[in-house]
Amino acid sequence: MDEIAPEYDVVVLGTGLTECVLSGVLSVKGKKVLHIDRNDHYGGEAASVNIEALFKKYGNYANGEEPWKKYGRVNDWNIDLVPKLLMSNGELTNILVSTDVTRYLEFKQIAGSYVQQGNGTRATVAKVPSDAGEALRSPLMGLFEKRRAKRFLEWVGAFKEDDPASYGGLNLNVCTMKEVYDKYGLEATTRDFIGHAMALYQTDEYINQKGAAKETVQRIRLYVNSMARYGKSPYIYPLYGLGELPQGFARLSAIYGGTYMLNTTIDEITYDGSKVSGIKATMRERGDESEGMKFSTKTKKILGDPSYFPGKVQIVGHLLKAICILTHPVPNTDNSDSAQLIIPQSQVGRRNDIYIAIVSSAHNVCPKGYYIAIVSTIAEGSSNHHLELQPGFDRLGRIEEKFMGPAIPLYEPLESGMNDNIFISKSYDATSHFETTTDDVRDIYRRAEGQELVVEGLREGTNLVGEE
Amino acid sequence: MSARASTGSRPGGQGRFAQFKLVLLGESAVGKSSLVLRFVKDQFDDYRESTIGAAFLTQTIALDDHTTVKFEIWDTAGQERYKSLAPMYYRNANCAVVVYDITQASSLDKAKAWVKELQRQANENIIIALAGNKLDLVTEHPDKRVVSTVDAEAYAREAGLLFFETSAKTAENVRELFTAIARKLPLEQAGARNLRSNPRPGVDLRPEAPGTQGAGACNC
Repeated sequence: MDEIAPEYDVVVLGTGLTECVLSGVLSVKGKKVLHIDRNDHYGGEAASVNIEALFKKYGNYANGEEPWKKYGRVNDWNIDLVPKLLMSNGELTNILVSTDVTRYLEFKQIAGSYVQQGNGTRATVAKVPSDAGEALRSPLMGLFEKRRAKRFLEWVGAFKEDDPASYGGLNLNVCTMKEVYDKYGLEATTRDFIGHAMALYQTDEYINQKGAAKETVQRIRLYVNSMARYGKSPYIYPLYGLGELPQGFARLSAIYGGTYMLNTTIDEITYDGSKVSGIKATMRERGDESEGMKFSTKTKKILGDPSYFPGKVQIVGHLLKAICILTHPVPNTDNSDSAQLIIPQSQVGRRNDIYIAIVSSAHNVCPKGYYIAIVSTIAEGSSNHHLELQPGFDRLGRIEEKFMGPAIPLYEPLESGMNDNIFISKSYDATSHFETTTDDVRDIYRRAEGQELVVEGLREGTNLVGEE
Repeated sequence: MSARASTGSRPGGQGRFAQFKLVLLGESAVGKSSLVLRFVKDQFDDYRESTIGAAFLTQTIALDDHTTVKFEIWDTAGQERYKSLAPMYYRNANCAVVVYDITQASSLDKAKAWVKELQRQANENIIIALAGNKLDLVTEHPDKRVVSTVDAEAYAREAGLLFFETSAKTAENVRELFTAIARKLPLEQAGARNLRSNPRPGVDLRPEAPGTQGAGACNC
């Protein structure tokens, strides 16, 4: 076995998406990277697992039973642990294209984007209108409201950040979104689907926040532009599941010299004064009774996910999540093979939205005839979490199998990393997409490298692909 | 399913064209990258460092006047060193070259382990070729050989693998190896299902091609 180098520029702990993007980018930029995971697979919390692994993870079966056997070949299943989709015009797509990681992945559209209006038996589910024309046809609004929404969406479409003339007479830098909605005379239910199903805010806090109007407009524009890109929905999704994303970036890192070690536990992080100076670790495969391969190496920087630094992170909330296996499309989604369905909080008397992300065999994540729906929200109470997700379950029809563990703590680092040179990522939050994940990537890069991450042009001059 | 394997008429020409994903496996330093470099660029570098910087290489072989096979060759990028290859690597691989060094006995054991791993992780009908590399070293110094041709060939036959002893340095048997794989690939099957089809059925993320479906017919 080859020797581990005596020193690395960066040691990365955990192979979640955040860590793998950073590892890939740092390797491309010429840094010597050692990338470690304690698990025997890539992806950490952002992995996709097969159905046997999922049953075993949640332990929801009796001893001696093998319930996964009735679901076909276990390896035909790639079930995401994180309920997220990619915005087709979002930053992760940009990074994927800029780094050529798209070579290893194939993407498909998510077939529809839906929103719920009303509650209980009077709940209706309808497509989220994404432009002025769709607003006019939407069942979500009455005749006059449609015209108001059309005017609003036309204004959003023409908005240009660097052209105050396009601000429509509003001072977007200081005004609230409420003032904008008021100007267009939009009704509460319209504000609800615009704010929650297009701007993708999970609470109503944004409405009265001074200066948040511009960000809201930009979020709606991201939605509209992502929608316009492929047509069916603003979302795309990698074949074989989200777990392919970290693998793709890990391969990028490896191609540029990054060293990968799975099955490796960190025994000690060593310091020189307050700053990190290296690690001691052991590589041992599961089931291996031997001592394993012990090694130590120096480094001046460590990047990692919160699970590697229990003393350096705090809990900022809890995510509730239930993975449901269905044998039919979700009702009222036009028999779509995939969809995002948002239940805005006000419609069901909550403070946080409920999200449902649906994928199926069209994305090579399960055998034909099956659908995987993940219902999620931010926990508002400390018990009865099942009831908090119930409005989501109500949308699904018959559920074959439900996997729901305890509330999942969401971690953030206590410090920026300036003091110890340990730069810790945030947990994958409750948002429906990866925009906050890429924000975190940029933030960590800025803190760790002292400069902005520029991904544009990363592949130019380093074109490594064989000539055709 | 083999998503990346695609077959079709060549644009503007007759005959068949098929593209397949080929993965390389084997212990570090047995010459995996060198074999590919010889096959793709007809080059050899005595002091080549461990693999850096080859996402994947492509090379086409004309089997006859009417049939062209294009290999999309994936290198391990060093991720095999600490057994950290991702499932993505094996995903939809149509064929594999498992390499050992005929002057290192342990490298054949490793190769056998990789064959098992392929049978566990890859497509059921993957074509596997076993390549005993560094033939040039034993041509001049026969005593350097530690893995006999007969033994390796017997194993290959038993396991249902194609078998060649190769030299990336002298090019001996390199083209023969890849040609033999090409001949064994299921051209007919893929062709019947998918004439003129697109190799990438999903959406194309490149900004210059908004809304188009896939990368277009292969124009190599």
